[in-house]
Amino acid sequence: MQWETVIGLEVHTQLTTQSKIFSGASIAFGAEPNTQACQVDIALPGVLPVLNKGAVERAIRFGLAIGAKLNRTNVFARKNYFYPDLPKGYQISQYELPIVEGGHLSIQVGDEEKTIRITRAHLEEDAGKSLHEDFHGMTGIDLNRAGTPLLEIVSEPDMRSAKEAVAYARALHTLVTWIGICDGNMQEGSFRVDANVSVRPRGQAEFGTRREIKNLNSFRFLEQAIDYEVRWQIEQIEDGHRIQQATVLFNPDTGETRAMRSKEDAHDYRYFPDPDLLPVRLDEDWIEVVKAGLPELPEQKQARYREELGLSAYDAGTLTASRAMAEYFEATLASLPSPASGRGAGGEGSAKLAANWIMGDLSAALNKAELDITASRISARQLAGLLARIQDGTLSGKLAKQVFEAMWNEGGEADAIIEAKGLKQVSDAGAIEPLIDEVLAANPKSVEEFRAGKEKAFNALVGQVMKASKGKANPAQVNELLRKKLG
Amino acid sequence: MLDHTLRSLSTLLADGKASSVELCRDYLARIQALNPTLNAFITVDADKTLAEADAADARRAAGQAGPLTGVPIAHKDIFCAEGWLTTCGSKMLANFVSPYDAHVIERFKAAGMPALGKTNMDEFAMGSSNETSYFGPVKNPWDSSRVPGGSSGGSAACVAAGLAPAATGTDTGGSIRQPAALCGITGLKPTYGVVSRYGMIAFASSLDQGGPMARTAEDCAWLLNVMAGFDARDSTSLERAQEDYTRDLTKPLAGLRIGLPREFFGEGLSGDTARAVEAAIAQYRKLGAETVEVSLPNSSLSVAAYYVLAPAEASSNLSRFDGVRYGYRTPEYKDLTDMYEKTRAEGFGAEVKRRIMIGTYVLSHGYYDAYYIQAQRLRRLIANDFAEAFKACDVILGPTAPSTAFRLGEKADDPVQMYLSDIYTIAVNLAGLPGMSLPCGFDGQGLPIGLQLIGNYFGEARMLNVAHQYQLATDWHARAPQGI
Repeated sequence: MQWETVIGLEVHTQLTTQSKIFSGASIAFGAEPNTQACQVDIALPGVLPVLNKGAVERAIRFGLAIGAKLNRTNVFARKNYFYPDLPKGYQISQYELPIVEGGHLSIQVGDEEKTIRITRAHLEEDAGKSLHEDFHGMTGIDLNRAGTPLLEIVSEPDMRSAKEAVAYARALHTLVTWIGICDGNMQEGSFRVDANVSVRPRGQAEFGTRREIKNLNSFRFLEQAIDYEVRWQIEQIEDGHRIQQATVLFNPDTGETRAMRSKEDAHDYRYFPDPDLLPVRLDEDWIEVVKAGLPELPEQKQARYREELGLSAYDAGTLTASRAMAEYFEATLASLPSPASGRGAGGEGSAKLAANWIMGDLSAALNKAELDITASRISARQLAGLLARIQDGTLSGKLAKQVFEAMWNEGGEADAIIEAKGLKQVSDAGAIEPLIDEVLAANPKSVEEFRAGKEKAFNALVGQVMKASKGKANPAQVNELLRKKLG
Repeated sequence: MLDHTLRSLSTLLADGKASSVELCRDYLARIQALNPTLNAFITVDADKTLAEADAADARRAAGQAGPLTGVPIAHKDIFCAEGWLTTCGSKMLANFVSPYDAHVIERFKAAGMPALGKTNMDEFAMGSSNETSYFGPVKNPWDSSRVPGGSSGGSAACVAAGLAPAATGTDTGGSIRQPAALCGITGLKPTYGVVSRYGMIAFASSLDQGGPMARTAEDCAWLLNVMAGFDARDSTSLERAQEDYTRDLTKPLAGLRIGLPREFFGEGLSGDTARAVEAAIAQYRKLGAETVEVSLPNSSLSVAAYYVLAPAEASSNLSRFDGVRYGYRTPEYKDLTDMYEKTRAEGFGAEVKRRIMIGTYVLSHGYYDAYYIQAQRLRRLIANDFAEAFKACDVILGPTAPSTAFRLGEKADDPVQMYLSDIYTIAVNLAGLPGMSLPCGFDGQGLPIGLQLIGNYFGEARMLNVAHQYQLATDWHARAPQGI
């Protein structure tokens, strides 16, 4: 039987506020346990929550960025359950009236573009942490994280493969960091993914029973966990078992998912509107102010790169993988004198040239050094200096790579490096012609073959001239002069 | 000492006829003598009180005294007070020393009013007789075989018996007004949102409101001037200009329209109470007020709505008492669930557990709409009734409680009878309106009877004016229990 996978994601993004969602305590990561938990966070008797406006503002930003409906009145509710790292015995979240409803995000898988619908996004507080090590049979509680603002983003079950789920998660990660509402740090838990996975016979309209994989904190684990889960569910069904609704955990060491609790153990959270917090009302003026402050979004940039700069969908997508990448690209382009697009006298446009270098050599160097583009050893202006020398014919592609390497390792401007290392391309016929003569004299066999009609022999001669020039001769000019001599 | 009002104490201090330390010593001595009988205080700490009194005297000497600087006050043990045991009448918090001050406590400290101690109360303010306190029941100063009412029973009893000139209370369904009535004092529950709930241990957040309890309406006005005001730490606190609640006290009542809800004068009201309230109405007519009949058709549903909503909120509010971070934890347990279960089974009393169970039930999946949502609808209807009634009148008047103080144990085994003690007060909380109780007579056994006034939203000053004018014409509020 042919099976179809159905996936929906719930993503918890930690918001970039200074303080917690309902108290003034800091949310900075990595502090000593319980040093960032104030009387509200530890839920002393009598304390009350006060909503952090910054968290609401970030949720509005997100809603605007995905074209969602912003609920002008939205309500905080209490989700009641007991756990030692949940100090109040309830989590303040949004239930019936979330701040963001609807909206969508485009993803690219291979050549295909697909739109994933977003169901809702709601504000809530994070819980603390239970520490099971170092307490000799007891459990330690760290409430630093308790009350950290989260935006939980819930998608429709619109994804049909682990690859699509990863593409969506990446696109979402790009967007939330792009609009500055989340730092996207997955190791520190700023972006955590839960995946609801089910399978059904291809062609069947109803969904199969889903299992929810909790707390995936890398894209690789997300893909592995879904792949495993899908295989497991299909096997179960083919062996005649039924899938039971359950919450499961992914073990990265074994690559397997394991049931944590079944539907029968599911809590009755007894949601009800939190009487300590008034309904949140979003003012139109405020929404307008937030809208005006939004940067150009990845999808808008991609469209512009394609339409105005003539870049391919792939290039546009890669250059907008992060806002920093796009900004680097645009800064490089801005420093180049030649027109961004078009295939005029200078061959390819500046945009394509810059795109190739950023996606190629620069990305490779960054990956190798494990650096983010914001920490690049070569600035956009430096790179533009190098590219300008390619465009004006000073550097061949090969020489440019040498300049790039020197620039990466030792710093400095392109012109200074070219000067110091003598890497300037030679385009002077007077200097190239003697080299050609030497090569022709030394390779009579190749000359013979060329005259007999073998084009390959010509290339071999060009190669010899380039070698004799130590790579500095302008290849186009070598070509031209050589043909003249042989013709 | 029994005769002292805040005004008279303020004058004594201002004239240099007494120091705050002297006043506090007198009250502390009286507490020491009478508290073993009344059990009105859970915690008394003379050193702390006298240190505050000393500071108040110094402030006066420095010429920085306000009208109430140096006048002592007792606080219901529901208000967190830094360095004070703050138990909320429960074993669960019997060891909890608060590390911070409630907004109300901050306000009284800023006014320079020394704290005489923390008063006894029904456990987590759940009760109408003070019998649910882990620290034992408070006795009514008028008859120590009777209850003082609840949940602010300790505050009411200590003011009635002259152990303190005034006290703070909180009112979720009548917890200031009903004990004020049963102990023969004056108490006021402000409009919801006028007094910050920050640091006031929550029972039912959408209903809880702190307020003053004292001998007179004028004293209540002075105290409300201290307590009321915006607090950014309470999202339900209302941002409004500071009011002077004494501003209308002396206004004559000519032209005042008093609404008499016919539902408050029907069956269930005891003969003595009905007669005393009728006499008060006659007194008001003499003072120039006119009366109009109004109707609160949904008020009969208020107890039912209340006993869904208040327990629902309470079941969630009391979840934080889990033995993990502070308060009581069972000594022996085998795992986390066992620790939770034993801690809460041992730490909470029967009435609190009953309400947690009711609240958990009504919020449960499948019952929420039938109970919680339905009760919220009733709540709106009840509020609408009042809005309609206030079109025809300026203040609503009726009895505070259906009967005078009942005997200890009399209703302890019958929760529904107990819940009906608040039948006239609960609707006011559901609507978020201000209400007060003031003494208006005595029954055949010499027990005080309370008259309830209900104001429109933010109508505290008007309501206090109506009460004050009555107290100028009568002396019920000046009577004090004898023989204790």
